[in-house]
Amino acid sequence: MIAPTNRSLAVAAQNLHRSGRVYRLGEFHAFEAARRRFLYIVPAGAIFEVDEAAGLLIDRLVQGEAEYDALIEELIARGVLGADAEELVEEMCHARVIVTGDTPPEPLQDPPEVFPLQTLVLNLTNHCNLSCQYCYEYGQDKVATPEGKPKFMDLETARASVDFLLEQSAGRRAIHITFFGGETLMNFPLLKSVVAYATGRAAEQGRSIDFSLTTNATLLTPAIIQFLSDNHIGVTVSMDGPKELHDKLRVFSNGRGSYDIIEPKVRALIQNHRTRPITARVTLTKGVTDVVRIFRHLKDDLGFHEIGFAPVTASPDRLYAINEKGMDGVLDQFHELANEWLEYALRGEMHGFSNVSDTVAELAQGVNKSHPCGAAMGLMGVGPSGDIAPCHRFVDSDTHALGNLATGVDRDKQRDFLSRGHINAKYDCHSCWARPLCAGGCHHEAFVRYGDTGHPNLHYCDWIRDWTDTCLRIYGTISAQNPAFLEKFAERKAA
Amino acid sequence: MKHLRAVNKKARRIDDYVSAAKGDVVALQNPPAPPQPRPHIPMGCSLSFSPGWEVDSAGGTAGLCQPVERDIYDCYVTCFWPAQVPDHLNNSADWANKCAAATKDWRNLDLVFP
Repeated sequence: MIAPTNRSLAVAAQNLHRSGRVYRLGEFHAFEAARRRFLYIVPAGAIFEVDEAAGLLIDRLVQGEAEYDALIEELIARGVLGADAEELVEEMCHARVIVTGDTPPEPLQDPPEVFPLQTLVLNLTNHCNLSCQYCYEYGQDKVATPEGKPKFMDLETARASVDFLLEQSAGRRAIHITFFGGETLMNFPLLKSVVAYATGRAAEQGRSIDFSLTTNATLLTPAIIQFLSDNHIGVTVSMDGPKELHDKLRVFSNGRGSYDIIEPKVRALIQNHRTRPITARVTLTKGVTDVVRIFRHLKDDLGFHEIGFAPVTASPDRLYAINEKGMDGVLDQFHELANEWLEYALRGEMHGFSNVSDTVAELAQGVNKSHPCGAAMGLMGVGPSGDIAPCHRFVDSDTHALGNLATGVDRDKQRDFLSRGHINAKYDCHSCWARPLCAGGCHHEAFVRYGDTGHPNLHYCDWIRDWTDTCLRIYGTISAQNPAFLEKFAERKAA
Repeated sequence: MKHLRAVNKKARRIDDYVSAAKGDVVALQNPPAPPQPRPHIPMGCSLSFSPGWEVDSAGGTAGLCQPVERDIYDCYVTCFWPAQVPDHLNNSADWANKCAAATKDWRNLDLVFP
């Protein structure tokens, strides 16, 4: 993130002597919402609403750069008062809406060298009772190399993982464990012991720890649901929509769909787990792109609190991969739900479409990412073998392992992973206005598509920019018509 | 700020910063000094052997150069003479050819007239 420095103060002081300087537009994305003009300042991630005078100045500089005195004269000629014109230019300069030819670009600060862990993802098992073709752990594009490694995590490794998290997260008061798989609930006894052990250890240190898990819901029982609710464990269910869509790819190994098994269990979960919102996570694939219908089913029929959608991670030639045309259709439907989200927000209600909620939360903070996510920094994954991975998607991959619980994090490998993934290393991203949020996109997706975790995900650039613009306009409209609603996002997580 | 309304957290930080900078007393204050550049030390001129800084070409001290003639770093930090040694990397590559042993042959190190 860019913080003002003494140096930029000095630059500002010098800029008081402006006569003769030539001004041009800085790097921003302009958008309109609720008939007002807004700017998204790219080097900072800041959002400003601009008034009429500022709009005049921008419109003037869109036509080309201008010298200070001439610029002031033009502004005055267009009705801006003299002293006000000078103040306007100064303000716009401070916010980097306009820059002079010699303003040096400020390099993005690196994350701190020592970055305390916040979340550890435990892959309790790499076994699964479903055989979803698109699975990034088992499917054709898998990166894991589980051969010869344990299939289930044992108690000793799980405890070592908890100790590792507590040790590596020194200084943080609240930490988080996510249970993942394989199918997490195939190792439920271990999950129970980890919750007890971790809660106890954290309490000894006066820290709080919370838990969440991802499951396919096939193994949920009333007792398990009770346990999850009692322990405030957040639950995400992988589910792709109504029966005929869900059953296309989320199947048992004999090819039978899993919808009928999970539907009553999901209803029981939502009804009886009252301590945390229950989320559905939908994977969009070819033929499973009816976003609005999927949303309605999961939200209105089943009662999920939040629903998030992600296009499948796959090589472009896979049968289930979504082609460009398919993605356009997805985006159209995203827009439809986004409009609904806005209507809800203006009434002060949460709609439940996570793809908007998450983006708006990041816009509210004004994040400006050096890396697309916290993988290998604030978040790591551990597999049944005790190998440490950048995140859950790389667990059990020898190529990407960052060490082992027994030997600790291999800092050289971590540094290599992070320097590859750094936005500064992604040349294609340097001219993109959406980079503060995207930062090149998922490391794993990049590896599957391009064979390099540090490669920018160029196949979805247009899509990301369109979506970011949509969410900016939603953000702008709320800031104009119901600004109090944005306070809900003040404390939401931000990368 | 008057013309820009900050609508997210990062924008508010910029706003606070600009307001703070504006509210400051600016008159009679110096802007923070830019970091001092590190001195530039040229390499390879007289670092190995600096003959003649005690004596002139005739073996005495009368012909030694004056402080005003100093022209490189070494002339006024380690000593105040002008270049004690010609540039024998580029322009006077054979300047020391007749000087096998400096203690014995130093008189063969002649002046150079560029």
